[in-house]
Amino acid sequence: MSQARIPSVGPARIVRRGLIMSVVGLVGLAAVYVLALGYTPVEARQGLAQKIFYLHVPSAWSALLAFSLVGIASALYLWLHDQRLDRFAAASAEVGVAFSLVMLTTGPIWAKPIWGTWWTWDARLTLTLFLFFLFIGYLALRAAVHDRAERARFSAVVGILGMLLVPFIHLSVYLFRTLHPQPIVLKPSEPSLPPEMLRTLLVATVVFTLLYLGLVTTRYGLALADDAREEAHDSA
Amino acid sequence: MARAIRLVLAVAAKDIRAELRSRTALLSALVFAALVLVVFNFARDPTALAAATLAPSVLWVTFALAAMVAMNRAFTVERENSALDGLLLAPVSREALFLGKLLANLAFVGTVELVTLPLFTLFFNVSLWPHLPGILGVTALATIGFVAVGTIFSAMAVRTRFAELMLPVLLLPFMVPPLIGAVQVTSRLLADRPLSEMWGWLRLLALYDIVFVTLCTLAFSAVVDE
Repeated sequence: MSQARIPSVGPARIVRRGLIMSVVGLVGLAAVYVLALGYTPVEARQGLAQKIFYLHVPSAWSALLAFSLVGIASALYLWLHDQRLDRFAAASAEVGVAFSLVMLTTGPIWAKPIWGTWWTWDARLTLTLFLFFLFIGYLALRAAVHDRAERARFSAVVGILGMLLVPFIHLSVYLFRTLHPQPIVLKPSEPSLPPEMLRTLLVATVVFTLLYLGLVTTRYGLALADDAREEAHDSA
Repeated sequence: MARAIRLVLAVAAKDIRAELRSRTALLSALVFAALVLVVFNFARDPTALAAATLAPSVLWVTFALAAMVAMNRAFTVERENSALDGLLLAPVSREALFLGKLLANLAFVGTVELVTLPLFTLFFNVSLWPHLPGILGVTALATIGFVAVGTIFSAMAVRTRFAELMLPVLLLPFMVPPLIGAVQVTSRLLADRPLSEMWGWLRLLALYDIVFVTLCTLAFSAVVDE
């Protein structure tokens, strides 16, 4: 079926496009650093620790984006059985793990000076931790199934179930937390976010989205090349 | 409809009959549950923590671990002599097949839970008797959902490398919402709290059951069909 379909763009070109996007994203990341350190004002109560906000929030955004797209691509795969969707979901999950790791490391670095603790079982933290675990489980499953079609079907099922699990985890940890209130403020009060901060955050979000796209494209191209090699190997 | 129900029951009966003839898996799961309870007893400082404080968590972690061990069995037995291929060739819809497997797994996990409960009261000196209907109800409500997810995952896991490791890694995140809910309800039951304090959790558990039983039933054909 779609197996015989010859991709219109070769893997090498896709990888090159992905790398270009990623490099642009990295340059953008340098710009975010400059903006965060030079342009935005120092937050009155949190001091310099608040600067991590410009990395933490956009990486959380990219991780969530990656995760939602894995779920959507999985659902579409079971419907259309197009290998490209499976390859995309796998690429998105891998990149999602990277962004989740950025989010999960920058968070505690900020939390220690501000909350006085590295980790707390707050609803949002718990949820993101489980997103990370779901990503890992998804990728572990992919690595453990040899047959390509089987791997695609299995991981699509996990992707869909995972997407539906997220609201349940959110609801249960939220109920759990509200029944045991913790004396912390979840977010710094935001309504009066200065325009410099908001602009920098917007730039950072665009940059992180670009990085996500660049990395996923690269990974997608590599997976395509891998499949082509495997096919050549099988037919030889 | 009646035919579908008969098929579901036939698949479940086949599994239960096969299990009752050997009883090895059931006995091992029971011994495992008892051992977890014993280990828990020594994992707490009796002078610092009263058994009753820890009881709901102990009970549910034991249930979760025992269920995981038990569910690994569901499709490993089908792998021997390619039994699953035979089952798939039979004129049984995938939905009926899944529900039958789910039913058998529920019977299996339910038996382990039923035997664990008296052991738990014995070891942890918690009187469950006055709360028994409530405890059984919440146990059923929480178990159905995660056993449904576990059934579909074990069907996948047996076809992977490291099957025994794959199931827990995939399943544990899915056990979190039912586990949190069940622990919350159990501790309120043991503390004689009114039903209104558990209502939110019970609805969450019921919703989880409905969503995941439906979804897993529909997704099962994607797992077993080439």
